[in-house]
Amino acid sequence: MSVISIENLVKTFGGVRALDGLDLRVEPGEVHGFLGPNGSGKSTTIRILLGLLRRDSGQVRLLGGDPWRDAVALHRRLAYVPGDVNLWPNLSGGEAIDLFGALRGGLDHRRRDELLDRFDLDPTKKCRTYSKGNRQKVAIVAAFASDVELYVLDEPTSGLDPLMEAVFQEEVRELTGAGASVLLSSHVLAEVEALCDRVSIIREGRVVEAGTLTELRHLARTTVTVETVRPLTGLEALPGVHEVRPIDGRVRLEVEPDHLDALLGHLVRFEVRALTSAPPTLEELFLRHYGDTANGRSASVGGTR
Amino acid sequence: MSGFTGTFRLARLALRRDRIRLAIWVLGTPLIGYALAESVAGLYPNERTRLGYAETAVTSVVARAFNGPVAGVDLGAVVVTETYLTLALLAALLSTFAVIRHTRQNEETGRAELLGASAVGRYALLTAALVVVVGANVLAAGLLAAAFVGAGLPVAGSTAAAAAIGGVGVAFTGVAAVTAQLTVTSRGGNALAAATVGAAFLLRAAGDVLGEREAGGVRLDSAWPTWLSPLGWGTQLRAFGGERWWVLALPVALLVTGVALAFALAERRDVGAGLFAARRGPARAATGLLSPVGLTWRLHRGALAGWAVAVAVLGLSMGVAGHEVDAMIADNPQAAEAIALLGGGSELVDAYLAAMLGLFALTIGAYVVQALLRTRNDESDGVLEALLATPVSRTRWLGTQVLGAVLGALALMLLAGVTTGLGYGLAVGDPVGRVAELGGAALLRMPALLVVAGVVAVLFGALPRWSVALSWTVLIVFLLLGQLGAILDLPQAALNLSPYTHIPSVPAADLTVLPLITLAAVAVALIAAGLITFRRRDTPS
Repeated sequence: MSVISIENLVKTFGGVRALDGLDLRVEPGEVHGFLGPNGSGKSTTIRILLGLLRRDSGQVRLLGGDPWRDAVALHRRLAYVPGDVNLWPNLSGGEAIDLFGALRGGLDHRRRDELLDRFDLDPTKKCRTYSKGNRQKVAIVAAFASDVELYVLDEPTSGLDPLMEAVFQEEVRELTGAGASVLLSSHVLAEVEALCDRVSIIREGRVVEAGTLTELRHLARTTVTVETVRPLTGLEALPGVHEVRPIDGRVRLEVEPDHLDALLGHLVRFEVRALTSAPPTLEELFLRHYGDTANGRSASVGGTR
Repeated sequence: MSGFTGTFRLARLALRRDRIRLAIWVLGTPLIGYALAESVAGLYPNERTRLGYAETAVTSVVARAFNGPVAGVDLGAVVVTETYLTLALLAALLSTFAVIRHTRQNEETGRAELLGASAVGRYALLTAALVVVVGANVLAAGLLAAAFVGAGLPVAGSTAAAAAIGGVGVAFTGVAAVTAQLTVTSRGGNALAAATVGAAFLLRAAGDVLGEREAGGVRLDSAWPTWLSPLGWGTQLRAFGGERWWVLALPVALLVTGVALAFALAERRDVGAGLFAARRGPARAATGLLSPVGLTWRLHRGALAGWAVAVAVLGLSMGVAGHEVDAMIADNPQAAEAIALLGGGSELVDAYLAAMLGLFALTIGAYVVQALLRTRNDESDGVLEALLATPVSRTRWLGTQVLGAVLGALALMLLAGVTTGLGYGLAVGDPVGRVAELGGAALLRMPALLVVAGVVAVLFGALPRWSVALSWTVLIVFLLLGQLGAILDLPQAALNLSPYTHIPSVPAADLTVLPLITLAAVAVALIAAGLITFRRRDTPS
């Protein structure tokens, strides 16, 4: 049974359709990347999963329950790190961590101290004096020190430095190693590539692509750069080949994965001297889906609400 | 002048942010002034009644403490004595909050950082706030003077009376300019400035109580403590009683001193920092904190302690003053009538004590609103989101908040009754009996406070974005109905809208149980409606 299963989810704010038939599935034990431009509906989805917002229509199952009706019971089994962490200004970081842990049904104190140490966080400072990154660490430590089945992380590392980012990735691997599932919304594509088993790309309130990174790559073109003894001809006539450009005596082109084999058969006839083939990076996949939001079409659907 | 670059634009921004608040302040002051002047003219239509009023005002310690000194027997002088402290306290608090909102609050939220990174001078934010707040005070005073003239009072006296009130606002603008530099939080800056207002009130009250009646007249010469208080200066201007215009130099001098000090502090400190450094906290939470109840107690205890001190001081002093009510007011029909109007009943002391407990119940209503509105604060801050993502149910969380506010109000109300009873009991030599009597009478006011809590809970549940403004409006309406309703001769149907109207005026009146049960039932229904509506809605920030 899926940890999260969402079908055809719709949520409107006034006249704005923030979620417009969204589908999402997170399987047990996986780290699921949730990608999308600002305002595409990531946080709205997460807030519906947490029972903070009510869905207008669609099916949502979280850990086998209804996120609105069974909120309290479900929250015992999950931990949440918001992207913008706000805490009680007059409580110390240590107090806030213990409070969240206690509300969630107890936390592992040995693990808490170990995490404080690893994330290099001083728990005696008042929350109002923490920087954004340190407030984020408070929420991360509080979440990771709880022994739960699902971790919902909404841009959890947006304030962390690269060193802490590495610690974060190790800790997430440890959690999933122990059998937990993670929904990770993030803009840090390197983080997603390093951690996620599967990703869903959301745009304007619906998921436009979902699958493992390998599957997604299969849908995108591979970039091939080739150098041959004899001048290359007839490339444009081959099916599935695009964007052929000569560069410094070499040729660079893009090919659809299904036509790679035919392309190679064609190339060997010209005596290949050097060849590199690069699968699309996540960034390229990402930009392909975001591309037209950058020029002209604004993606402002309700901000972070 | 580079330190002031951008002041004009920031002042316009402040005007834009506060256009509604400022409009209510600037237009509301003359409206209240006009209404009160008209009603006083109706209550004391001739020289004989006014002489009676002035006699009471100058002899009664209670009147001296809570109205200030009377400047003469002109209609204007009576109007000033009746309206001055209300309007002056309003001006002081509104000025304070406005200054803090446009200075420290901007720093606390990080907006000042964003502004400071643009072409904006170091002093621009503070200067813009001062320009706007002083401007609002001057404008409100001008309109108030016109309102008094419109009510048929002489021009010179009207101008002096309005200037006295504007002067209080200006003086506390200077005070708030300094407190905004001292604390890191705007809450702290507001508390510090409000404490200064409270101290000014006590100093003035002390000076007026210790004052002496002028030989052969009905004027009170206040003692020296009054001169230490910006609230006292306004009374020493003596509007309608031979104006001493030079007194107006005092608030201006305080403003100038405060602003100079604030500029000096602003130059020496970092943006966002205060003079009082942030303290450290424990690395581990005490077990008492680890539940919604524990958290609520932790977040409310500071404010509750402040309220407790204020309530105890006021209760003791009002109780002691109660001893003189009989002697001083018994032979003065007008004053007796005024107290009977508020407290009811035939025994003057009982009427006085009942009126004071009623006043406490209204004031502590502000505590209930303030404490319960933290719910909305937590919601818009995003703290609530993180809390509700734990296994704490919405009902449990909101229920805890309501319980915390109600228990806090219960403790404060009990303290008010006990300290008033103690003060009065010590004065008449029966402390134990009076403490028991007034402590019990104070608790009878709780159903009205429960209704206030219910109103806030429903507003938070049903209209979260409007809950802050509407909650305070409702409380102010209750206050106006209770304090001014009878004087302004409003119909009973209007007065019945306030839960405070239905509380039996013990010890002045007999105890009737039915209205208390009804109020409690209404409160329970309101709280339940609040919990249900909150369960069913989204949690917007």
